[in-house]
Amino acid sequence: MNALRRRRILILTFLFCGGSVTVALAILALQQNLNHFYLPTEILDGTAPIERQIRAGGMVVQGSVKHNEVGLGTTFELSDLKGSTFSVQYEGLLPSLFREGQGAIVVGQLESHGAFVAHQVLAKHDENYVPPELQELHEANDP
Amino acid sequence: MIPELGHFAAILGLASAIGIVATGFWGALNHQDSWVEMSIRLAKLQFGVLAIAFLLLILCFLQDDFSVLYVANNSNTELPWYYKVSGTWGAHEGSFLLWTFVTACWTLAVALRSKNLPLDLHGYVLGTLGLLNVAFLLFLLVSSNPFDRLVPNVPIQGADLNPILQDPGQVIHPPMLYIGYIGFAVAFSFGIAALCTGKLDSAWARWTRPWVNMAWGFLTIGIALGSWWAYYELGWGGWWFWDPVENASFMPWLAGIALIHSLAATEKRGAFKNWTILLALVTFSMCLVGAFLVRSGVLTSVHAFAVDPQRGLFLLGILIAVVGGALYLYFVRASTIRSRIQYWGMSRELLLLINNALLVIAVITIMLGTLYPIGYEWFNDGDKLSVGGPYFNRIFLPLMLVLAFFLALAPISQWKNTPIVLVKKSSILLAGSAVVALVLPWALWSSLNFGVACAVALALWIVATHCKSFWRQRNSLTLGFVGMVVAHVGFAIAISGVAVTSAYSNERDARLQPGESLVLNDKTYELVDVGQTNGQNYIADRAHFSVNGSKSMYPERRNYRLRQTITTEAAIAPGLFRDLYISLGEPIGNRSWGVRVQEKPLVRWIWFGAFVMAIAAMVACLDKRYKRLAKRDAIKAAVSE
Repeated sequence: MNALRRRRILILTFLFCGGSVTVALAILALQQNLNHFYLPTEILDGTAPIERQIRAGGMVVQGSVKHNEVGLGTTFELSDLKGSTFSVQYEGLLPSLFREGQGAIVVGQLESHGAFVAHQVLAKHDENYVPPELQELHEANDP
Repeated sequence: MIPELGHFAAILGLASAIGIVATGFWGALNHQDSWVEMSIRLAKLQFGVLAIAFLLLILCFLQDDFSVLYVANNSNTELPWYYKVSGTWGAHEGSFLLWTFVTACWTLAVALRSKNLPLDLHGYVLGTLGLLNVAFLLFLLVSSNPFDRLVPNVPIQGADLNPILQDPGQVIHPPMLYIGYIGFAVAFSFGIAALCTGKLDSAWARWTRPWVNMAWGFLTIGIALGSWWAYYELGWGGWWFWDPVENASFMPWLAGIALIHSLAATEKRGAFKNWTILLALVTFSMCLVGAFLVRSGVLTSVHAFAVDPQRGLFLLGILIAVVGGALYLYFVRASTIRSRIQYWGMSRELLLLINNALLVIAVITIMLGTLYPIGYEWFNDGDKLSVGGPYFNRIFLPLMLVLAFFLALAPISQWKNTPIVLVKKSSILLAGSAVVALVLPWALWSSLNFGVACAVALALWIVATHCKSFWRQRNSLTLGFVGMVVAHVGFAIAISGVAVTSAYSNERDARLQPGESLVLNDKTYELVDVGQTNGQNYIADRAHFSVNGSKSMYPERRNYRLRQTITTEAAIAPGLFRDLYISLGEPIGNRSWGVRVQEKPLVRWIWFGAFVMAIAAMVACLDKRYKRLAKRDAIKAAVSE
């Protein structure tokens, strides 16, 4: 084995090890940043984990959006329109396309007392678009 | 009549694409000039008819021909004429017609600009490009025809273009992106041609390099425009979201950087030949993966077009055929191509190898985060999840810092081996940069952030080493070298912008009544009043803010009548060192409004750096050596035949 070849193997080994370490770290980071999605029924029946970051979604119940007296706090209810409804607390600005009677997705934590505390609210971005997570709800509602 | 003519022109485009495939490959296989020349003529024809088809679709939009389904869905008589034109590529069908037209443009460019190419190489390249457009045009005509009629119930009024697309940035963002994506099809075709002919020498690399640079330059501009558009049009000050479709454009962009660099080693040193070909194939494959992700509806994204399973399957078919075919050819033929390897220590070859390794790892991790939710849903019976932005930041940003470190050594490195003295000398510059990077953010923003300090130190170091060698070589500058230096400085500008704006941006959300104000950093923002204003196709609430009692800013909240869509039109006070950014949220209670105020330092540096890189990549194509050596390469190739 000449010096050149040895050097080449050394470089390749080094690159390979570096690469695998990075990919291992990536997988670890991935595990910590996965946000599972839950429907209203799963929020209510205890399928959804408590005090972990998750995503949930549903239709915003008509008349349920209430602003606090002061500040930017808001509460509203998300429903699957089949009887399962949960309430969401959110502190911040709602997206421009957020509206009652339309679909919305919230990112945040489910507290032990059953309320969902959101730190992000996502709404659809035009009238043809349904978030894929809510596709089934939509299809069930307008046949 | 016009839509039918357009449809017919598109069919003629398909016919000429089939012709290019037949004549190109036949001429290459049998070494017959006349056939290759025929394919050049067909490339001109293909360009002509697809240009006509595209112009006719634009005409349908300008005439408000709502008997055409696509026009009825994406336009409206109230739309200003320029948004009618850009509405042509505002949704799936029309944008795919643009895609095939851009393919025809690149094919024409290759046909005309490659007079010095050896005959068989030229034939294979054109044939491959033709084959790709056959697939695209079949897809267009079979499942996404923009000229489909909506008879007999012709609507009187169209459904309007999606309001967030009614914006100047959106007029040029998709064409730039497509020119970039399909530009990599040229590199792909050169790769296929090299595998078919078995010839891969520095002449081949010289022929390929300008095409790759141009494609990458356009893709860079396209991505930067998209990011800039998101920043001012979506209205909340974000400029990158790690959205799956952004990632889909980002992966070929990163792979494209790797390709540009490995081509340099292939041209100058005959190194990494197989790897270069693989990258050329993979980069374009990633563009196709991007197209598939956007258009098949498999992912959750603001960009995703309407969901249609038939389209998804068709695109998946094209994707598998192209990628599978190319990789098969690669594994069969690549072993016949041999590289020279002779490098030591901190040679330029080693640096390029590190560059490629880092970029490939970056691509793999981004791909993991993008495709994981799709795979998860597939294997877990429809259970859905998404990958958060922090994942990408945590992996990608450190990788880019390591990349920046080795990048700074680029101009002082030499082929084969770099004297260790040079590396030691430049480390003095690093020490200097580090001191400045520790002091500067402290002085400007009175806080210290480890990530920012690293990024700024490395950026300064990059600028220092590059300026130094630029000065050294001032008497023998080539455009290739200038392009390299400028592109690397652009990278330094961009990473400074990303680091500083991510770490030192401030924002405050508040609920304000007219007359109230809020304080952010050293400025007071007073909401003076909120009035009403009318646009051509919207009505808007318009707030008047007074910053520090002197400067006025007017954020709007627009309601587009036809779609009943509300958009946030932020007020931005741009600056070289910081942007002030005010968004008007919804009305709360009787007289209050939700308001977000942001101060974003160096945010413009991100896009400015990207544009600098894009321009530099294009400038490097003009290097005289391509012209000077092209004739010699042509003669050599002719002799060897």
